Amino acid sequence: MTELATYNFAYLDEQTKRMIRRAILKAIAIPGYQVPFASREMPMPYGWGTGGVQVTAAVIGPDDTLKVIDQGADDTTNAVSIRAFFQKTANVRVTTKTTEATIIQTRHRIPEAALQAGQTLVYQVPIPEPLRFLEPRETETRKMHALEEYGLMHVKLYEDIARHGHIATTYAYPVKVEGRYVMDPSPTPKFDNPKMHNSPALQLFGAGREKRIYAIPPYTEVVSLDFEDHPFEIQTFSQPCALCGAKGSYLDEVILDDKGGSMFVCSDTDFCEDRQAEGQLSANPAEAAE
Amino acid sequence: MSETPLLKVSSLSKFYGSRIGCQNVTFELWPGEVLAVVGESGSGKTTLLNCLATRLAPSAGSVEYRMRDGQFRDLYRMSEAERRFLMRTDWGFVHQNPADGLRMTVSAGANVGERLMAVGDRHYGKIRATATDWLGRVEIAEDRIDDQPRAFSGGMRQRLQIARNLVTSPRLVFMDEPTGGLDVSVQARLLDLLRGLVNDLGLAAIVVTHDLAVARLLSHRIMVMKDGHIVETGLTDRVLDDPQAPYTQLLVSSILQV
Repeated sequence: MTELATYNFAYLDEQTKRMIRRAILKAIAIPGYQVPFASREMPMPYGWGTGGVQVTAAVIGPDDTLKVIDQGADDTTNAVSIRAFFQKTANVRVTTKTTEATIIQTRHRIPEAALQAGQTLVYQVPIPEPLRFLEPRETETRKMHALEEYGLMHVKLYEDIARHGHIATTYAYPVKVEGRYVMDPSPTPKFDNPKMHNSPALQLFGAGREKRIYAIPPYTEVVSLDFEDHPFEIQTFSQPCALCGAKGSYLDEVILDDKGGSMFVCSDTDFCEDRQAEGQLSANPAEAAE
Repeated sequence: MSETPLLKVSSLSKFYGSRIGCQNVTFELWPGEVLAVVGESGSGKTTLLNCLATRLAPSAGSVEYRMRDGQFRDLYRMSEAERRFLMRTDWGFVHQNPADGLRMTVSAGANVGERLMAVGDRHYGKIRATATDWLGRVEIAEDRIDDQPRAFSGGMRQRLQIARNLVTSPRLVFMDEPTGGLDVSVQARLLDLLRGLVNDLGLAAIVVTHDLAVARLLSHRIMVMKDGHIVETGLTDRVLDDPQAPYTQLLVSSILQV
């Protein structure tokens, strides 16, 4: 492609992309720190991934291959429309294969397949501030981040244990990045938290409504907060995926009828389809056939 | 009492524009001493307290505090991080309205445990055991540990606030009308409790109150304020029994007798 064709590439104008890239660079330089940026209006409502779309638009180039997932799936409304958006505005190659993608925009999941160096994972973030529901004042939360006063985060975990007997936070589980900033990993299940630790891929987080960008550079320490006597644990499932028989992947419950029937299947559709193509079918094909 | 003071305040002034909050306040506070600041409303008591507790920057003067290593540090020359650390470890602040000093949406146990977690305690069992112990010391039943302060009475909230402040064994506690808004029998119990805790822990305290009876019961020394100035200072019993300044005489004679 010529120089001219990449000018004002992918929806945003060059000045806007420059501004967002500066915020991204700063975010990468200070892992876990929320960098304010001048979030633009996007042709989609807040809460649909305006932050993620702006980050993707700022980092994508003509040679990139884009994958978009929503709750792990490539075929849900949000994923399909954002993928179509970038096909139209950037004319980039798109894929549903995790291994083929150079940029993966995600809402609420990290793919099951291990990410590789050179890949970029872009998260859509609704509420970037992990302390928000405990401390409503933005001035105060910024000060708490600045002074590393994170006792309050443990108050939330304490409350969980006091009420439920265990840490009942299952998503948006707070993490400490590189021993400094406490960060909200966006509403991914805590199942995915260990995948963020020392990941070879670059992880970028964009919150459009809240106008914040933050990042985890490759090979960065990401530790989930916990208590000594109540250590961090990820979810486990009692049965394997009903379609591909995978154990140890994150499962969604799919309702089958109005009589209480349901099955558990991988939330990562690409992972599940790959396994089925390899012939790894469920131990219970009758249930899978539903 | 030790030889060196805990807090040295010299020529502290706070102006709100041309209006005086408090002016030229100088005093020293020794470890284990309870100092009452009395005066009518608008006399600058709370302004003074906020200036001392680094909640309000003074216009002039200095406040020096003896740190645990024995060194005096000027509070307003410390970094904000150091000041905030001091506030949640070595100091306590008891607000008149418990809702200002408590987190109303988390349980009593978490309220007491917050300071422990803030200084790096990461063992749930130990935090909870300490919280239980402190609730007992302020006479809150153990089975209320998982209730939110919203479900507590005014007196219980105030006691919870005190427990929350004392859990890190501070050396200095600021109290702003700690018994304000409580009925007399609850007040009496709270004062009894405070007096016991202050004695047992050897706390130094600065208590702001307009209630001379509270000052009489709790404090060793008293400072009478009027229009932002200190008009009289001395041992509590001396000031209340033999007031020298005309304003103090007026104040003492205004107490209603039952």
